[in-house]
Amino acid sequence: MTQMLSIKGLWKSFAGFVATRDVHLELNAGETHAVIGPNGAGKTTFFNLITGHLRPDQGTVIFEGKSLVGLAPEKIVRMGIARSFQRINIYPRLTVFENVQVALIAHAGQHWNLFKSGRSLHRDDTADLLRLVGLEGEATEIGGELSYGKQKQLELAIALASQPRLLLLDEPTAGMSPQETAEAIALVRDIVRARGLTLLFTEHDMSVVFGIAERISVLHHGEIIASGTPEEVRNDPEVKRVYLGEHAHG
Amino acid sequence: MPNRNLGIAAIVVLLALALLPLAGSRYSVDLATQVLIYCLFALSLNVLIGYTGNISFGHAAYFAIGGYACAVLLTTYHWPLVLALPAAVVISGLAAAVIGYFCVRLTQIYFAMLTLAFAMLVWGIAFKWKDVTGGDDGFTGILVPAFLEGHISYYYFTLATVALGVGLLWMICHSAFGLTLVAIRENAVRAGFIGVDTSKMRWASFTVAGTFAGLAGALFGMYNRGMYIENAFWTESAQVMIMVLLGGIHSFVGPLIGAAVLYLLQVITNQYTPYWPTVLGLILLVVVLVLPDGLVGLAKRVGGKGSRAKGSHA
Repeated sequence: MTQMLSIKGLWKSFAGFVATRDVHLELNAGETHAVIGPNGAGKTTFFNLITGHLRPDQGTVIFEGKSLVGLAPEKIVRMGIARSFQRINIYPRLTVFENVQVALIAHAGQHWNLFKSGRSLHRDDTADLLRLVGLEGEATEIGGELSYGKQKQLELAIALASQPRLLLLDEPTAGMSPQETAEAIALVRDIVRARGLTLLFTEHDMSVVFGIAERISVLHHGEIIASGTPEEVRNDPEVKRVYLGEHAHG
Repeated sequence: MPNRNLGIAAIVVLLALALLPLAGSRYSVDLATQVLIYCLFALSLNVLIGYTGNISFGHAAYFAIGGYACAVLLTTYHWPLVLALPAAVVISGLAAAVIGYFCVRLTQIYFAMLTLAFAMLVWGIAFKWKDVTGGDDGFTGILVPAFLEGHISYYYFTLATVALGVGLLWMICHSAFGLTLVAIRENAVRAGFIGVDTSKMRWASFTVAGTFAGLAGALFGMYNRGMYIENAFWTESAQVMIMVLLGGIHSFVGPLIGAAVLYLLQVITNQYTPYWPTVLGLILLVVVLVLPDGLVGLAKRVGGKGSRAKGSHA
């Protein structure tokens, strides 16, 4: 397998609080990799460092041979990395259809076109993406009025519209019921397989990831304390202590 | 199809305006000329406010720059209109590009304050640069080409120019560019993560808004045969913003309606009382408290239909 993403010695602190501590992570093309850890472990910060939302204090992020450090989010998206957000991040007053359509327009570089009607563009592709995530019936609804779970699906469609090779999903099942979680995970898995995507996702609920992840990294207090196959991680004594132990008490 | 209805409405309004000089008095033709100019001015501001979600508090600057530039080129340099008017529009667009370059680095209230500061600077230049602008006395005696000297011919010239400007702005607002501006207004962070350089887009929007404000300003100067520093003052920026709010920022036609209604109200009010600013304040109060989507929003609510207000611009 070819290496797609290589992260070395990544550090980030906020006013003395170290949110990311010497993180190393290698991601092969086609791999599905989960970053797990309790709330506050630094998962979202880690994602923000990769996607250009935050700039690391130290360390390198290499994607397909090119450094991402210091690049703006819009540049990184164009290199083939799209993401979703833990907290819903859509255009709340645009229709579901427009939410996806704008992403396709931007991906095609047509957002500088002052003459061509925006609504006439990428109608088929938008409909296809909505069908893919199961929102074809909600196309004309206002994005912000969808149920929570459906807004998550919409986020996924927006991310896919950028036609990424690497997809980053920040807690794709946060706030979902067990039933919704199972459906969402199945949906993501099918899409990733069908499109041959590389997937890096975060999750706080460990049980969710075993069904889908090929490799798992465990983040704790901003540090990766274990990384490997689900089996290896499950049996790691350090993981058992800091992570599974907490669940046993809860 | 709402677009078809809007198209029919546009044709009816254009026809009515074209026929106005046959029926109306000189006074009504002059009034209509002024209203048309303010319609274009307000519409240009809404590219920034309604579509991009950036509240400019200094939009009068570009109106004034367009007006002064056209006045100077026509009168001081004796340029023909076919050159002077486009040049004035380009100059206001360039001024907006330069000022906007700095303004779009900031957002929200800081953006608004910076636009205000630059507008005050433009006012200051108009005030101090006496040789060119006439300073405090204003730039008077603008030379208008002979074929536009009659009030009716100037009315038709204004109508045609404003119609063209509104048509261009319609196209821009409904283009891929316009839809992306709405996305930026709704969620600039998300827009960045789909590959949109949001500050560059906001910059372009600022420039478009300034360009069309400059066109309105040039029309105003020629109609008025003079430009005055009051045209660049911050109260002018406030007034055009109130026009936009009154009509409704979330629809394309809102600012047109707001400009017409507010301008006519001002004219009527001035016949009875010198306290227009007080009345203006009361109007603003009503808009902010009970008409958040302006007169267009009110019409939609009363009409009932289409009350599932489209988030984007219908």
